[in-house]
Amino acid sequence: MPLLENGHLITDTWHYAVDGEALGAGPVIVPLSRLSEGLGRITGALGVVLPVDQNVSALRDSLPKISLVVIGFPIFRDGRPFSQARALREHLHFTGEIRASGHILPDQYEFLIRCGVTTVEVAEETDLSAWERALHQFRVAMQPSVMNEKPTGFGLRRFLPA
Amino acid sequence: MSADILIRDDVLPAVRSVGTYTYDQIDRVFLRERIEQFKDQVARRISGELTEDEFKPLRLMNGLYLQLHAYMLRVAVPYGTLTARQVRALARIAREFDRGYGHFTTRQNIQFNWIRLEDTPAALEVLAEADMHAIQTSGNCIRNVTSDEFAGASADELLDPRVHAEILRQWSTLHPEFTFLPRKFKIAISGSPQDRVAARFHDIGLIARPDVNGRPLFEVFVGGGLGRTPIVGTKLRDDLPEEDLVAYLEAILRVYNEFGRRDNIYKARIKILVQALGADEFRQRVDTEFVAMDRARYRLEPALVQAIRNRFGVPAFEPEGNASALLMEMRQKDRAFDAWVRTNTHAHRAPGYISVVVSLKPAGGIPGDATSDQLDMLANLAERFSFSELRVTHLQNVVLGHVRQDRLYEVWQALSEAGMGTANIGFITDIVACPGLDYCALANARAIPIAQKLSSRFADLELQREIGSLRINISGCINACGHHHAAHIGILGVDKRGEEAFQLTLGGSGEEDASIGQILGPAMSEDDAVDAVARLVDFYLVRRNDEERFLDAYRRLGTAAFKDVVYAPA
Ligand code: SF4
Repeated sequence: MPLLENGHLITDTWHYAVDGEALGAGPVIVPLSRLSEGLGRITGALGVVLPVDQNVSALRDSLPKISLVVIGFPIFRDGRPFSQARALREHLHFTGEIRASGHILPDQYEFLIRCGVTTVEVAEETDLSAWERALHQFRVAMQPSVMNEKPTGFGLRRFLPA
Repeated sequence: MSADILIRDDVLPAVRSVGTYTYDQIDRVFLRERIEQFKDQVARRISGELTEDEFKPLRLMNGLYLQLHAYMLRVAVPYGTLTARQVRALARIAREFDRGYGHFTTRQNIQFNWIRLEDTPAALEVLAEADMHAIQTSGNCIRNVTSDEFAGASADELLDPRVHAEILRQWSTLHPEFTFLPRKFKIAISGSPQDRVAARFHDIGLIARPDVNGRPLFEVFVGGGLGRTPIVGTKLRDDLPEEDLVAYLEAILRVYNEFGRRDNIYKARIKILVQALGADEFRQRVDTEFVAMDRARYRLEPALVQAIRNRFGVPAFEPEGNASALLMEMRQKDRAFDAWVRTNTHAHRAPGYISVVVSLKPAGGIPGDATSDQLDMLANLAERFSFSELRVTHLQNVVLGHVRQDRLYEVWQALSEAGMGTANIGFITDIVACPGLDYCALANARAIPIAQKLSSRFADLELQREIGSLRINISGCINACGHHHAAHIGILGVDKRGEEAFQLTLGGSGEEDASIGQILGPAMSEDDAVDAVARLVDFYLVRRNDEERFLDAYRRLGTAAFKDVVYAPA
């Protein structure tokens, strides 16, 4: 699946664990059910998929050993992953990659980024220009976020990075 | 656009809008960019790139509904306050893009019922020129924050809540985390112990008051609401300090976004979550979040609040002089004027001033409708008599907040000429009605025709004065947009074997004595419902004690007595 960072296509160096197969040595993304197996590996970066109905505190203890958390949108209208991303940054001070997957619209890109999401998995046939446009469309937001954007001088408004 | 447009106004604008926040360049850039985005979305929809399912939440974010016959555009009126210039922009939209009228809603917004999809970007441009928008007037997000229609004017007010309403408006506008909530989310804020915003019937209701040092404190109610499951809100906090207002609301919304139900839209409002968890557990979760969160990020420093307050214009009241004496004189001379003053005005905090409620409920009319010409007229009156400020009420009327008492007669004459001088505020014909089956795709029954029939039936003003305070609210279906549960007499449209029918509820109130109306009995036809209301009123007139209101008589006499009047006529 194409992977976007800052509106651009990047190479995905991660692999999702395959059911019933060993995890191997490279960077691998495991389901939450295989987290301890992943943590038990000696080499290779570890990513984990956080189910949409899980509180981020499920990852609290293992987070120092996790480089990537995938949050998933069952449907774009389900706003829970926004809260998960924000909580990973704000409550657990997670500094690794947060990747959004599932059904997402380019119109949600700014919200994702402002909640702390780093990368987005988009569908194969997606019009990438819509994502790029979405990223540079706005220069002002009306409230602070975990990205700690620059205040505009008064009120809660923030300048979005160009 | 170059970056220098983002240089903020260091200097306060020479002209500030009275009663509402005055935009600066940055606010305008924000609106422009959002309109560009919506234009792009409309184009993608028309080209087929977006499916209707994908387009729907995006257009809803921009206030665009698909109704029975056409698109409807709902324009946000933050805390119900408009400038004359904005009212003219609304008149223009009604004229150019609709059928010459607009409809004021129970959430202090205005909606246009006959908008074409391809015209919406242009309509939004007209709004933007007047610093207005339709953002978040629909969809599962934090909706337009409503407030007291007498804010900043009322003699009984402790604190003008509109500065805080503006802060909440800004905070909630395209909030990155709370734009795809389980369901819509409504906030109301009042600064008076007389609850005119139905704080206990909102997802969050706030009542502000100053502490001993004059710093604002907030009572916080959560999980109230009407709709299918009417519930009076739970008080979460009694004394939330100003600096934590945004942080605490963030905490409530975070809990709701995570735990609110998403499997059933009828169980998705926060009231259901509060009921399911219980008030204590809900409060516990909010407190846990509140304690854990980075509160500094959301802290409202006094300087921040002051900076927002500085962008509100303040009316320059003139000394009282002989204003009130002149008003007394005119009232003695003209009885019709006197009757209107008694019903359609509200005591003002400044000597020599008074607030005027303009009735949008003429005999036999459609509650809340205003034509383009009437809107222009209201803009003129606001300019001439009320510091260019106009307010929308949650009962679908409008208010001129600050009128000098010695000019009230002129205002009344002008209103009367324009068909807006009906002296019926708070009376039985001051009816609230949702759009119903004339427009709304969810409706079971039409709400407007029965409102018109009741309005005609009780048109006699002498009779209305005799009946006194009596609130009738009408909803076309169980979603209760007409707030029928919160009315002394509520009328609910239901579907009875494919026919439109109406059920009565009695004893509701949306004010500080909040209560939920009780269903009286089986539904009946439109004409029977009108007759039933007439019989209820007759019964009340016979049985009341002295000055007892209908609501109080109902509470004293009980449901059974009133039920007999309708279902077992002697
Ligand atoms: S109460 Fe029902 S009919 Fe009336 S506007 Fe709401 S959804 Fe439509």
